[in-house]
Amino acid sequence: MSNKMHIKMNVNGKDEEFLAEPRELLIYTLRERLNITGPHIGCDTSHCGACTVTIDGKSVKACTMFVAQASGSSVTTIEGIGTPDSLHPLQEAFKEHHGLQCGYCTPGMITRATKLLEENPNPTEEDIRFGMAGNICRCTGYQNIVKSIQAAAVEMSSAKEAAE
Amino acid sequence: MKDEVISRDDRVANLKGMGCSRKRVEDARFTQGKGNYVDDIKLDGMLFGDFVRSPYAHARIKGINAEEALKIPGVLAVLTAEDLAPLGLHWMPTLAGDKQMVLADGKVLFQGQEVAFVVAEDRYAAADGIELVEVDYEELPVIVDPFESLKSDVVLREDLDPNADGAHGPRKHPNHIFTWEAGDKEPTEEVIANADIVAEESMYYHRTHPCPLETCGSVALMDKVNGKLTLWGTFQAPHAIRTIVSLISGIEEHNIRVISPDIGGGFGNKVGAYPGYVCSVVASIVTGRPVKWIEDRMDNLMTTAFARDYWMKGKISATKEGKITGLQCHVTADHGGFDACADPTKFPAGFMNICTGSYDIPTAYLEVDGVYTNKAPGGVSYRCSFRVTEAVYFIERMIEVLAIKLNMDSAELRRINFIKKEQFPYKAALGWEYDSGDYHTAWDKALKTVDYDGLRAEQAQRVEDFKAGKTRKLMGIGLSFFTEIVGAGPVKNCDILGLGMFDSCEIRIHPTGSAIARLGTISQGQGHATTFAQILASEIGLPADSITIEEGDTDTAPYGLGTYGSRSTPVAGAATAMAGRKIRAKAQMIAAYLLEVHDNDVEFDVDRFVVKGAPERFKTMKEIAFAAYNQAIPGLEPGLEAVSYYDPPNMTYPFGAYVCVMDIDVDTGVPEIRRFYALDDCGTRINPMIIEGQVHGGLTEALAVALGQEIAYDDMGNCKTGTLMDFFLPTAWEVPNYETDFTVTPSPHHPIGAKGVGESPHVGGVPCFSNAVQDAFRPFGNTHTNMPHDHWRIWKTANGLGLHD
Amino acid sequence: MIPAAFEYYRPQDMAGVLAILGEHGDDARVMAGGHSLIPMMKLRMADVPHLIDLQDVGGMSDIVVGADEIRIGAMVTQADIIDNTELRSAAPILREAALQIADPQVRYMGTVGGNVASGDPGNDMPGLMQCLNTRFTLIGADGEREVDAREFYEAAYMTTREDDEVLTAVIIPTPAGGYAYEKQKRKIGDYATAAAAVQIIKDGDTCTSAAIAMTNLSDTPIYSEAAGAALVGTSVDDAALAAATAAMLNDIDPSEDNRGPIAFKKHVAAVILRRAITRAWSRA
Repeated sequence: MSNKMHIKMNVNGKDEEFLAEPRELLIYTLRERLNITGPHIGCDTSHCGACTVTIDGKSVKACTMFVAQASGSSVTTIEGIGTPDSLHPLQEAFKEHHGLQCGYCTPGMITRATKLLEENPNPTEEDIRFGMAGNICRCTGYQNIVKSIQAAAVEMSSAKEAAE
Repeated sequence: MKDEVISRDDRVANLKGMGCSRKRVEDARFTQGKGNYVDDIKLDGMLFGDFVRSPYAHARIKGINAEEALKIPGVLAVLTAEDLAPLGLHWMPTLAGDKQMVLADGKVLFQGQEVAFVVAEDRYAAADGIELVEVDYEELPVIVDPFESLKSDVVLREDLDPNADGAHGPRKHPNHIFTWEAGDKEPTEEVIANADIVAEESMYYHRTHPCPLETCGSVALMDKVNGKLTLWGTFQAPHAIRTIVSLISGIEEHNIRVISPDIGGGFGNKVGAYPGYVCSVVASIVTGRPVKWIEDRMDNLMTTAFARDYWMKGKISATKEGKITGLQCHVTADHGGFDACADPTKFPAGFMNICTGSYDIPTAYLEVDGVYTNKAPGGVSYRCSFRVTEAVYFIERMIEVLAIKLNMDSAELRRINFIKKEQFPYKAALGWEYDSGDYHTAWDKALKTVDYDGLRAEQAQRVEDFKAGKTRKLMGIGLSFFTEIVGAGPVKNCDILGLGMFDSCEIRIHPTGSAIARLGTISQGQGHATTFAQILASEIGLPADSITIEEGDTDTAPYGLGTYGSRSTPVAGAATAMAGRKIRAKAQMIAAYLLEVHDNDVEFDVDRFVVKGAPERFKTMKEIAFAAYNQAIPGLEPGLEAVSYYDPPNMTYPFGAYVCVMDIDVDTGVPEIRRFYALDDCGTRINPMIIEGQVHGGLTEALAVALGQEIAYDDMGNCKTGTLMDFFLPTAWEVPNYETDFTVTPSPHHPIGAKGVGESPHVGGVPCFSNAVQDAFRPFGNTHTNMPHDHWRIWKTANGLGLHD
Repeated sequence: MIPAAFEYYRPQDMAGVLAILGEHGDDARVMAGGHSLIPMMKLRMADVPHLIDLQDVGGMSDIVVGADEIRIGAMVTQADIIDNTELRSAAPILREAALQIADPQVRYMGTVGGNVASGDPGNDMPGLMQCLNTRFTLIGADGEREVDAREFYEAAYMTTREDDEVLTAVIIPTPAGGYAYEKQKRKIGDYATAAAAVQIIKDGDTCTSAAIAMTNLSDTPIYSEAAGAALVGTSVDDAALAAATAAMLNDIDPSEDNRGPIAFKKHVAAVILRRAITRAWSRA
């Protein structure tokens, strides 16, 4: 076993500090050390995206990052995206348009979609399908996920216009 | 009360009962990352267990040395078969009446087989421990081909007496498991021998895997103080798991609590009982601490629950006019190293005998031989009811092959052979009694919607253009018409390990007019908490939003056989309706008492009982609920509860008509789905939104299986498809938009007429995608090629037909 | 899947990186985004006792588009390449190729340096770099040197990079003419069944220069000089296309895997190359 190292990171707005083996994968840090169990493990090899979180503005598969690499970073998970009293428009849209079934891919899916809409607020269907291709869903066939993201995009754009 | 001013339509709408697209109640927690899956469970002092697995497909184990592994800080124990043997737990019964090693007992029979279980303080120490367990293997000859297996001198299952019968009768060879027959052999052979036209085809339905996004896992907690075992796990049938655990461990059933928390997709993968579950229990008993076991994706793909792997040989006969007269099918079924297929006991090949499909075929015969090979055990129903996918694929391919032989359009061939509406209930040649159907209406609607004749004209033009060198893309039109058989099932012919396949619902109405209902099933994404509340809302007149649905905890839920084979709605849904009707019957008496009329003078109306002929005199169900608890009613017990155990009189038979339009790049083998139309008839529709979602999902899994998803082995029995790089799960980019449609032919025997839908799109989708590929090459002489139709196999078909010359 | 334990280093400068490499030799590996290395470590197929994370080492994250050359730091990600508008106009083939690599999440983490240095024959950037006649900058204890991409790859995971060297940048002569990166794969996230990078210059109706490289069709990327030469001086007609693909087929040596047998791969390689040349020519 290697030496433990001192890790500092901000997760969903909260500063965290702890000692960890560098080989600890970020997904386990979140799930088992910090009890943030929204991100899931689906494939272990960076293909499925169930573990997707946002790190310093990038969508990242947390199963393929060592905690040591993430030290010093800001991490946002599904738990940091909305609150029960104020859901993110994507969370609302996934509920409204049946964008989920078993729910296992959903946290990674929504987390990735927040970033997609940040980069491309008015995506076409093709943009969405291409931009979400790092996230696998086994239940929905994607049709309603695409619909949910489209609806959220419209909602967010009109909210933004109203604010301006 | 403002009830008087609310219209009847509004009262119906307020219930959110059957037929409306009620939004799902599950989604609030899932969209906020607050689902509770088995790997989310964290208990004080919890240990982590994981397997040393065999790198060989067939080998003798000459020794296991755990000395170095045990030196790793945090590694507490390394369990082997030797440790489990005194408890009688080194082997376990399979769902198919065979037995399976929990940990390798002297030999291994497939790559990835569980050899030792390393128990450690955390998953890191367990992983390091696994690396240091030394296993001395002596490699044995490997058999991956079932036909070779039946000829080989190499005996795979040395634990079995080669001369003794198996669980399903006599065995022909030490590597043979069973022969199973349905229908009449001689008459069928005679019909085929004397027929005008006979088409023959051999087809391989390749091995694949359900691969839900969440792998299998469990957490066991043996509370030695109270003598209670709690087992959380990815169980599609928690009650069956409890019974099995009790039978093999000797712990009495009341001291075992099995809990299925949220399940991240099942598709059949989570029906079986796996060594990991057993080992987590044993490890908890040994250490007195909770023990978690979670598969990684490679473990999942390589060891738990393959599907299909059927070598099917068929003959179909017809008159010159195309009327089918007979069907014969032989299957060589590769079951891997242990027969762990998840089928009802009397059906070792599942419902393969639904292979006469949607057609009025007077004479038929089916014979299935199960065979051992050096591959992983399993044989689950991957998004289908017990081998129905194989059966429907078989008949829908045979129809195409026959159409080619007859030089007839296959849509027309289907039409002239469909079982007619007036023939239902229809007794099929292989034994089933189809409950209801209207195939012609569905077929005509489908063909009209897609402009079938127009598509054929376009295809003909495309062939001309191709021949003229104007294009290198061919066009395929895939058709399929399927009849599912779901809702296992009548206890008289369906059981698993002797457990009858009824299901159950228990309802408790609270005094203020809300309710909780518990069922023997377990949702894995189907939305039971939403739809079962809708059934109840319509039955008992309380809003669905006021009804909690609970499943998956054997301490609280009534006994049931779980969720697979599209059985939840047909069986548990029926139990729910029947329990609701018991509630309503008592409510009627209470209402009559409160309204001071005779029981027969009140009638149910949406959310209340009204006095017949005097609609202004009524008691709402909410009022009745309160009275049930708080008003002394002569001759009636207080309270408002009901339980129903439902043993269905028959299966249900959903059906559908699918059309796929595909373009195929002849030079690269790349297919492109241009259009997919799916008409489903699942009887009464409970929640159209959820039905549509199920169809999208099932079609996507069908697309995957047809176009590339497989579990493949090399000659040494090495699994070549152990990660998601090679095991094809399509992303949003590879999946088209689907058009969905429906007809409604209620089941005559189901209390609400529902038939189940979750698996239909998979069952009907696979042959539809496959037929589209094959149809593209039909004008160039193709009759049949095997799935999966990945790029190189499509290319190979084109190449074999000389299209690259 | 849990990797074996390792010592982790996050040096602040290149001197620190080189010191660790000097001390541990081939027991140490540098890592940028980690998306090639970490899965291998998790599968315990790569044994890395000393892991050097390059993220704090400065000077490797810039894209500098000069008059004649483009310099891309090793830590530049595929996502950076896709987003960089200057690069998009100077060398559009880079964006076209980067968009075909893996998926969005992986492209945020996957770097140019990692992609070209690991020697994985499935990676797309090596062939692309050979097509563009790129030079790789390597730094080691003895200082900096440059290696031609076309000379860099020896076998699968074997390159001319020494164990104590770090690849810091790629230097691309600003490409001219038409371009195409054509890739056939089974799905998003897959390596190529076959991929072709083509950069082509047209003068009037005549091809005056053509560079062609193929991916995942041998245990290294294949720069097919002969394929390019077969186009030069022609009007890229059918005969020239046939000559170029024949020449390319002579240079590749695919092996069978789950994507298909050798005959299929060769056929697809020819089809893909033909399409890439045709597209590049139409853009020239």
